[in-house]
Amino acid sequence: MAFELAPLPYAFAALEPYIDAKTMEIHHDKHHATYITNLNTALANSADLQGKSVEDLVKNLSSLPDAVRTAVRNNGGGHLNHSIFWQQLTPGGSQPSGALLDALNSTFGSLDTLKDQFNKAGLGRFGSGWAWLVVDGSGKLAVVSTANQDNPITDGASPILGVDVWEHAYYLNYQNRRADYLKAIWNVINWNDVSARFAAAVK
Amino acid sequence: MTFELPALPYAENALEPYYSARTISFHYGKHHKAYVDNLNKLVAGTDLEGKSLEEVIAASAGNPAKAGLFNNAAQIWNHTFFWQCMKPGGGSRPTGRIAQMIDEAFGSYEAFAAQFKAAAIGRFGSGWAWLVLENGKLKITSTPNAEMPVPPGQHALLTVDVWEHAYYLDYQNRRPDFVQTFLDKLINWDFVAKNLG
Repeated sequence: MAFELAPLPYAFAALEPYIDAKTMEIHHDKHHATYITNLNTALANSADLQGKSVEDLVKNLSSLPDAVRTAVRNNGGGHLNHSIFWQQLTPGGSQPSGALLDALNSTFGSLDTLKDQFNKAGLGRFGSGWAWLVVDGSGKLAVVSTANQDNPITDGASPILGVDVWEHAYYLNYQNRRADYLKAIWNVINWNDVSARFAAAVK
Repeated sequence: MTFELPALPYAENALEPYYSARTISFHYGKHHKAYVDNLNKLVAGTDLEGKSLEEVIAASAGNPAKAGLFNNAAQIWNHTFFWQCMKPGGGSRPTGRIAQMIDEAFGSYEAFAAQFKAAAIGRFGSGWAWLVLENGKLKITSTPNAEMPVPPGQHALLTVDVWEHAYYLDYQNRRPDFVQTFLDKLINWDFVAKNLG
């Protein structure tokens, strides 16, 4: 069965003024859709891989045949990362609480310190990529960044929050001002989704 | 001596409608300028202060500990080169010696254009596509992020910037349309010919 583009869980304009409707429309309907199209094309002759989940494919990149590995890394990664990203945003934003907030405070000292570290990771990613909050292999929270469409699960970590810092994620609204985009996006983070991923990762 | 943002070789609106003044105002006035400002900060008070751009690139290339230096220095070089690769009324087929070399290397202008476009589209993420001279022969390559063809092995003749900031305001996700327009309407073949030496 081919991979398919899920609808956005909110309207294109729902995240304004922090992320504009035109950016959301092109990002979801064009960029994300293209990764899925290219992933399906890459796996057209690999019936055994078509039945796997995209998480499974990206997690086990090293076990894939050479002929499809780079295409899955780029396009499977693009599909997985964007699928996570849409869930992590919500109109009106939210605040972390409970076990996640306790863990953030004990690891980073405060939520503001986490945001600073996260934004620094996003700003410091030269070229295209993502900033992440992950639960690493030893069960600890950590901030990392990845290049292009790489996902931390390939390295054995569990991503619980991901922010896209490809220029296409913000250029229409923020142009060269990636720092402003990173600052603004905290206003629309869906901490319920982050909490659910955290709970699953530390279980 | 500090590094300076070189003047654009044409007005910011000179490449319209194919490459907008708004894009150039950010691409040249913000991105290119930021690389210059960053590099000046990075070399200040170090043994690289006062060195040429080429010297900074040579001293930092391939050294992960000096990635900041290399990225900013190489991006200054790449952008300065890129602006010269375009001109108002440019594009379409070259003539003269470069045209003959393209026919010899690729079979035809059409084959060259198709390969150049494929390299530009196929560069996943941010980067550059290049026409280079390698051991006296024309070759098409692409590089990620700030990386560039390194002399003496490779000598850059032509480049197109495929970082999204190079085309997003005008073309959004349609990188193939930007590269086709670059080929058809923007390439400064006089500059390419001059780079043959």
